[in-house]
Amino acid sequence: MTVRDLRVELRSGEDVVDQIGFDVAPGEILGVVGESGSGKTTVGTALLGHTRSGAEITSGSVEIEGTDILRLDPRQLSGMRGRVVTYVPQDPASALNPALRIGSQLREVMRVHDAYSGERDARIEQILADVRLPSDRDFLRRYPHELSGGQQQRVAIAMAFMLQPTAIVLDEPTTGLDVTTQAHVLETVRRLCAEHQVAAIYITHDLAVVSALAQRVMVMYAGRIVEIGDREQVLFEPRHPYTQQLLRAIPSVKERTRLDLIPGAAPSPGHRPSGCSYRTRCPLAAEGCAEITPGLEGIGPAHAAACLRLEETKAGTYKAPTLPDLTEVESPAPLVSLESVEFAYGDNQVLDSVSLDVHQAECVAVVGESGSGKTTLSRILAGLLAPAAGQVRFDGEALPSTARSRSPELLKSIQYVFQNPYGSLNPRKSVGEILSLPVAQFGIGSRGQTRDIVAAALDEVGLSEDMIDNYPQELSGGERQRVAIARALVGQPKLLICDEVTSALDVSAQAGIVSLLRKLVDESGLAIIFVTHDLALVRSIADRCAVLEKGTMVETGASSLVIDHPSHRYTRELIADTPVVNR
Amino acid sequence: MTGSTSLLARSWKQKQTKIGTAIILVVLFIAIAGPWLAPYSATEFVGPPFTGSTSAAPLGTDVLGHDVLSRTLRGGLFVVWSSIAAAIVAMLIGVTLGLLAGYRGGFTDGLTMRGFDIVLAFPQLILVLIFVSLIGPKAWLIVLLTGIALSPGVARVTRGLTQEVAQRDFVRAAELMGMSRRRILWSEILPNLSSALLVEFTTRMIWAIGVIASLAFLGLGPTSDVGNWGLMINENRVGLPIQPLGVIAPVVVMAGFAVGTGLIAEGISRSMARIEGARTS
Repeated sequence: MTVRDLRVELRSGEDVVDQIGFDVAPGEILGVVGESGSGKTTVGTALLGHTRSGAEITSGSVEIEGTDILRLDPRQLSGMRGRVVTYVPQDPASALNPALRIGSQLREVMRVHDAYSGERDARIEQILADVRLPSDRDFLRRYPHELSGGQQQRVAIAMAFMLQPTAIVLDEPTTGLDVTTQAHVLETVRRLCAEHQVAAIYITHDLAVVSALAQRVMVMYAGRIVEIGDREQVLFEPRHPYTQQLLRAIPSVKERTRLDLIPGAAPSPGHRPSGCSYRTRCPLAAEGCAEITPGLEGIGPAHAAACLRLEETKAGTYKAPTLPDLTEVESPAPLVSLESVEFAYGDNQVLDSVSLDVHQAECVAVVGESGSGKTTLSRILAGLLAPAAGQVRFDGEALPSTARSRSPELLKSIQYVFQNPYGSLNPRKSVGEILSLPVAQFGIGSRGQTRDIVAAALDEVGLSEDMIDNYPQELSGGERQRVAIARALVGQPKLLICDEVTSALDVSAQAGIVSLLRKLVDESGLAIIFVTHDLALVRSIADRCAVLEKGTMVETGASSLVIDHPSHRYTRELIADTPVVNR
Repeated sequence: MTGSTSLLARSWKQKQTKIGTAIILVVLFIAIAGPWLAPYSATEFVGPPFTGSTSAAPLGTDVLGHDVLSRTLRGGLFVVWSSIAAAIVAMLIGVTLGLLAGYRGGFTDGLTMRGFDIVLAFPQLILVLIFVSLIGPKAWLIVLLTGIALSPGVARVTRGLTQEVAQRDFVRAAELMGMSRRRILWSEILPNLSSALLVEFTTRMIWAIGVIASLAFLGLGPTSDVGNWGLMINENRVGLPIQPLGVIAPVVVMAGFAVGTGLIAEGISRSMARIEGARTS
């Protein structure tokens, strides 16, 4: 696949992406990395000659097998799509037709392109074996909703590889999956691309995933390529300040590092600064950066970066400073203690006799895959679910099981931050209104003080007071999650429950949230229960961790000890599946 | 860039909204300013019954020799205000009960929805007819009954929307703050339904126009010498072959009222789909 000078414009004439050019050899995987808003998905779909409505491909070429697919008429183009070049979307649940059985969907791919007639069943069996899924009658007769997220994604991958394409575009296919499933999907993609000599584009915001998968890496920012090169070059000798900062934002399972947020957000089309788009967030920005737009400049064979200060970035470091590991806190009485807590949905035992203590000024991570019961555990503490058996004590007293039966004082003391900041903030309320709710509800301060309290809460989470009149949709994911955390902090709680609060965010926004939460533990003495599937994050944020497998607590102890010397098989598997940036 | 204000601003860019609003304004002008503009009173004889267009009566005369133009100009107010009022009544009842049923679920939901099923079992017109013929064709009664007859549809839509919004996390967050159910419904959920309910309101208004015009046609409008558009159609339909204008004039204004409302509804829902579509991507 050869891409040259690709440009996608909005109807208003502003470019979404511009000057995109790269080659992908058969059997090679190119990792495309960038924050949300960098234009990486636009590039991905443009490779299939598609743009979202309101945008248009205005120049460039995408050659696959010598055919420029941007010059094809719509009929020829649909003949290519799904056969020569295929696409695996981020959310398999919405890509598969919920009303069709798996078998029919797979057969449909071949029927549409008139391929494998007479031997379709054999091909389905073969491709499902390739993605390590069963191909028995029972499985083929299932509907998408009867499959797990990982299985759905593997079906989507099977469909993409079905007709032996030349090129394939994978758009963050593992974003919604937990580490174990992600590791399986990545392994599948790597193997299939190598076996069938497919040129693949893998779009992601996570450099650790790229490290595990790609031979070449392309970093995008504000619709431009800022750095492109071989995996080793970009990951270990990065020359663009953006790449360096992205790498510093990745938590490592190997050691505890200081995670730095890249301030600000990627500018949207039409709002990009003059000269180098990155200069507003760049630590090296100097005078010339506002005037001259840097082009890609060769650094070594097959390695190029677009920066005016390449001389200085040579010395720049991409390795985050290491921090001492967190140790267990000594504290007499636990703030929260769970004793043999059980929960079940019908016959499905979700939590089986789980006991856990959390102390003041301590962050305890609850780790596990989806289905491990970690979210159920946090919802029981929050009062959204009532345990079937067992006892929960808070501050020495038994905790009423549902939120409605708790005193206002208790509601104020235990706060919950939801996984998805896109759903947890009312889209019809401004930031100020959202943060005033707990002020009014808990009767904090006197009447005239609301605005000050709201401003103080914003300040505590590192947001500017100017944001008070903004609506959630005007904020980035990281900013929204900060607002959600600010809402939880308004009542000065004793316990903060964080349910996968960074899983919907980019790595750089995640880094900011993790440092913020840790600061709250260290400086305000807050107790945090941090629910996650990512052990690398655990090392950065948690003093202790508890590993859950199918509702049973299999291991607990100081984070660094559990990660460096795991005693349970399941913990070892989790650690092995956590992607890391390494040679 | 949020809330119903921006929705209205965006809808205004839709062609349908502009055309719809223009038609509605014309109809409202006829209904409200008509009595002052009418050349004759509603009961004045201007010529033999069912005379065609003349210079004195451009729309001809009706079954009793009254001026069709004057009766059209004078007979609109009732149909217009009562259908708007009936739609408001339907929204008040339907939204309140739909919110409660959708958020609380369980027994409240079952009771309300089965209650509405009973109302729905009667065709809207029959339901209104029964009571109007018992109590008498009073304007307030017609408005109230039409509102009640239309409320189950509103309630169903509201209930569905509420269920969808109620499962979002910001409602969980409000519950965890110990916020009362009423405040959650009123200040957390309802604002998120406003755009969809705006469309619902305009749609229910079209229904209300239909019901009220039909009642008037059947002679069950409020009794007055002025008459109204629905009644005019009934009175003049016998003369349709000789003097079609007596029927066409009220039909055109009423159709304009309904079509204009429909176009506005269409414009709003189109821009809603765009905003909401943009939000998810």
